[in-house]
Amino acid sequence: MSVLPEHPREGLPIGRAAFLGVFGLGVAGIAAAPRLKDAFSGVGLPAGLGPGSGWRIYTVSSPMPIFDPATFQLKISGLVESPTTLGWNEIASLPSGTQTSTFHCVTGWSVDNVVYEGIRPKTLTDLVRPKPEATHVTFISLEQPYVDQITLDQFLLPDNILARTLGGAPVKREQGAPLRMVIPQMYGYKGVKWTTEIRFDDHGEAGFWEQRGYDADAWVGRSN
Amino acid sequence: MARVARFSGTERLAHWLLAITFFVMLGSGLALYLPDLATVVNRPTAKAWHIWSALALPIGLAVLALAGNGRSLARSAAEIDRFDADDLRFLSPARIVTGQKAPPQGRFNAGQKLNTVLTAAILAVLFVTGGLLWLGERDHAYRFDGTVIVHDWGMFALIVLVAGHLYMAILNPSTRHSLRGITTGEVDRSWAEQHHAKWVGTEPREPPRD
Repeated sequence: MSVLPEHPREGLPIGRAAFLGVFGLGVAGIAAAPRLKDAFSGVGLPAGLGPGSGWRIYTVSSPMPIFDPATFQLKISGLVESPTTLGWNEIASLPSGTQTSTFHCVTGWSVDNVVYEGIRPKTLTDLVRPKPEATHVTFISLEQPYVDQITLDQFLLPDNILARTLGGAPVKREQGAPLRMVIPQMYGYKGVKWTTEIRFDDHGEAGFWEQRGYDADAWVGRSN
Repeated sequence: MARVARFSGTERLAHWLLAITFFVMLGSGLALYLPDLATVVNRPTAKAWHIWSALALPIGLAVLALAGNGRSLARSAAEIDRFDADDLRFLSPARIVTGQKAPPQGRFNAGQKLNTVLTAAILAVLFVTGGLLWLGERDHAYRFDGTVIVHDWGMFALIVLVAGHLYMAILNPSTRHSLRGITTGEVDRSWAEQHHAKWVGTEPREPPRD
């Protein structure tokens, strides 16, 4: 075997220029991507991949549940004095709260200033009156087998809302129509979409993602 | 068959360090990114593999540069940096489309140089955006709307580059002999004369110590 000498340095330093150009483009893209929203609208990229498109839709089973106002029910059960099942007309007539908050996904993206309208947890607890031994609240989704749970204290945080509308319009199918739990202080996986049952329990249980290693207390900025 | 030394042991280790950490980062990243995979892979485990493999790459390269044959790495970097007139002709779309014979190339052909430069630049972007994602979990001042988008697009671009690289290294009949060079360090002289004439067309000398 022979070893050949080094190739003499000829030509232009295009390599470093290309490196710096691509690197600079990438870093600039962090700031520019949201501003390119209009330029990329209509390109047909999957949701979330285009600059500034915001929401990314995650599901754990398919097809996504379909909301039918004639048959939809919200069951509130477990350790409560007055368990109840509400039809859509009753849900729609419950007192309304509104708020604007930032949605944070555990995978690293956020959507700022999301406007929600819906039912405050206090309205629901006033309705069913949890028993003293109730310590946890479990949310069950129409999307089987999605389930999640928070403590009763966490449920009663004042900025939580069981959203009926999102961005000024009824919650869309992919956003969890007709009811999506919103817990702004926690990552999005705690906010169950297509919520069909809220159960008051006296013990903690791991939710869908918690069974797969995610934190039960999914505080934004303080969990995995 | 006469052979010539194409890569030092340090260069080969650097290549395989990159290959291994890339695929660990890709696999663990997809487990964090795709809900279908996230349901079967424990999140903290995937995250730990992703972050530690991302750190292992620059740390490993630094160790190789300091403890190994850093001179050979510097030599490669210098060769990859320079594009001469033949390199530009090699990359010319007109030449590629018309299937004209490639102009003589050095130890790295222009396509390999371009692939290396783009891969390195995108990895650097991914390192920055990954760092921002990590910081953003701890302090929302570091959360930017574009970070995830650039991280994702960098991943897609890198997958395309690596797919092309794997095709040339494993499947393409005229170039797959180069896989021997990056595994054993040697390539057949006749193959090198055909594909890297400007490199082989010089006189042999004593091998560098690795």
